[in-house]
Amino acid sequence: MIEVDHLTKQYGSLVAVKDLTFNVEKGEVVGFLGPNGAGKTTTMRILTCFQPATLGAARVAGFDVFHDPMEVKRRIGYLPEHPPLYRDMYVRSYLDFVARIKGVPSRNRGTRVDDAMERCGIRDRAKQIIGQLSKGYRQRVGIAQAILHDPDVIILDEPTIGLDPNQIQEIRRVIRGLGREHTVILSTHILPEVEKTCDRVIIINRGRIAAVDTPENLTAGASGNRRYYVAVSGGLDAAAEAIREVAGVVDVRRADDNQALQIEASGETDMRPSIAARLVERDLGLVELRPITAGLEDVFRELTGHEEAGA
Amino acid sequence: MGNIAAILWKEMRSYFGSPIAYVVATGFLLMMGYLFQNEVVEFRAKCLNYSFQHQEHGVDAPNVNEDVVFNFFLSQCLVWLVVTPMLTMRLFAEEKGSGTIELLMTSPLTTWQVILGKFAACLGLYVIIELLLLSLIFVVSFYGDLNWGRVLSACVAILLLGGSFISVGILASSLTDKQIVAVVIAFVLLLLLFVVRYSPELIGREWATVLFYLSLIDHTRDMARGVIDSSDVVFFLTFTFFFLFLTHTVLESRRWRR
Repeated sequence: MIEVDHLTKQYGSLVAVKDLTFNVEKGEVVGFLGPNGAGKTTTMRILTCFQPATLGAARVAGFDVFHDPMEVKRRIGYLPEHPPLYRDMYVRSYLDFVARIKGVPSRNRGTRVDDAMERCGIRDRAKQIIGQLSKGYRQRVGIAQAILHDPDVIILDEPTIGLDPNQIQEIRRVIRGLGREHTVILSTHILPEVEKTCDRVIIINRGRIAAVDTPENLTAGASGNRRYYVAVSGGLDAAAEAIREVAGVVDVRRADDNQALQIEASGETDMRPSIAARLVERDLGLVELRPITAGLEDVFRELTGHEEAGA
Repeated sequence: MGNIAAILWKEMRSYFGSPIAYVVATGFLLMMGYLFQNEVVEFRAKCLNYSFQHQEHGVDAPNVNEDVVFNFFLSQCLVWLVVTPMLTMRLFAEEKGSGTIELLMTSPLTTWQVILGKFAACLGLYVIIELLLLSLIFVVSFYGDLNWGRVLSACVAILLLGGSFISVGILASSLTDKQIVAVVIAFVLLLLLFVVRYSPELIGREWATVLFYLSLIDHTRDMARGVIDSSDVVFFLTFTFFFLFLTHTVLESRRWRR
C-alpha cells in the first residue's frame, strides 16, 4: 500500500531523512518510532504530499506522491502533529467542511460525519465550538477528520500526545479498530504505544532506519546476551566478586536501584542454576534471581542511544 | 467548483463567526458616514451661496452628481485602501499560524481552488459592506437629480478596485504566518501603489507617466464619472490576476523546495 524508496530530505545542509526505504502492506498498523527530531514528521509530510522529497520516491496505493499528488491526497487521511482545527467552528460544521474538501459526495456526507464522530466518541460534542474543547477532545476531532472520508491510508503524527491515560487507552482502541480495514502509520516516541497498537515497528533515528520488525521480535532479539537481576542480603561487592568467577558471565554491575546486581552473560544457556549455586556456596544470602527481558524501551535505547552518544 | 464553494462558505462563516466582519464594517461605515455628511454640508453651503450670487460671476451651478456622488466614491477608495488589508490579513496567515494549511494542502484541492475560494469570500464581504454603504446614495436621490448610470459605473469601479486591493492583501497574507505582518505588508504595498501618482517629473516624464499609470485609485476616476473605459477594466482585471498568480507561486513554492 505504501512504498518508500530511498527517500532523502534535506533542509539546506541539514539532512532530516536519509535514504529511507520501507514498505507497508494493506491493513497493517505500522508504528514509526524515534526520538524527537528523528525525521518522523518529515517522512509523513512527504507521504501526504505536503512537502517534496529531495531524492527518492514514495508511492501510496500505487500513485507517486510527487507526480500524482491529487490521487494520493484522495486516498490519505492525515492527522498532523498539531491537529488542523479551526478554533472558531463548531465540531459538526468543521467535519462537514472537511468532508466536502475531501470529496465525500453530498448524499453520504451526513452519515460519514456521524460515523467518524461515533468512532472517536465525540458525538455529544457536535454542537460545541472547537476552541472550547479540552485537548483530548480536540485530538479526537483531529482523528475524526483524518478518518471521515474512509481513506485507504491513515497517517497519524503523534496521535496520543497530550492526552491523559484514559484517553490514550481510548484512542489506541480506535486505532486498533481502524487497522482492520485501513492501512495505518502512526508516529510516536512513546514506547508502550507501539507495543500495544502496532503490527510492525519502524525505528528511525537521525533520519535513518535503525530497525524494522514486529514488536515481539524486536524485544526478543535486543541483544545476544542474557541478563539477570540478582539481589542478596550479604555484601553486594562480595557477591559481585563471586559471580564474576562463574564461567560465561561477561559483566556484573550494580542495578539501577543500587540495591542489587545486574549480570550479563553470553550464550544461550540459562545461567541461573550456576549463579545460584555459587552464591549459596559462598553463603551470600540469595534473595532474588530473575532474568531481565528486554522491553522495547531497551531496544530503542540500544538502537538510538549509541549514535547519539557518539555524535 | 464545489471545492471553491466549500472554501468560500468556510471563510464566510469564519468572517461572521468572529467579530472581524462587524468591527471592520462598523468602522468603515462610521468613517464613510462622517465623510458623506461633510460632502452634504458643503454642498448645501455651495447651493446657498449660488442662490445668493444669482449666477452673476459665471460660476457653475452646483451639481449633486459632481459635488457629492463623485467625491463620495473617490473618498471611498482611500478608506477601502486602509480597510481591505484588515479583511485579507487572516486568509492565509491564520491557516499557516495554526497549522490548518496542512489540512488544505493535503486534501484533494488545487491551490487555485483555495485561492479563488478565499478571494471570492473576501470580495463577498466587501460587496456586503459596500451595499450597506450605498444606502447613503438613496438618501441623496430624494433631494437631488441623481444620475443612476454614473452611480452604477462608480459601483463597478469600486468592485474592480476591491478585487485589486484584495489580491494584494491575499499575497501579503500568504507570505507570513503572522496576521499583523500580513496587514503591514498589504498596507505598505497598497500605499505605495497610491503614492506613485506623486512621482516628481525630475525622474523623467516617461517614468513619471509609467508610475502614474500604476496608481490604482486613479484608474477609478473616469468610471466614477460614468465613463467605463475598457483599458481601466483590463488594468484592474490583469492587476488582480497578477497578484493572485503571485500568491499561487508563493504557495506552490513549498513544492519546489526539494
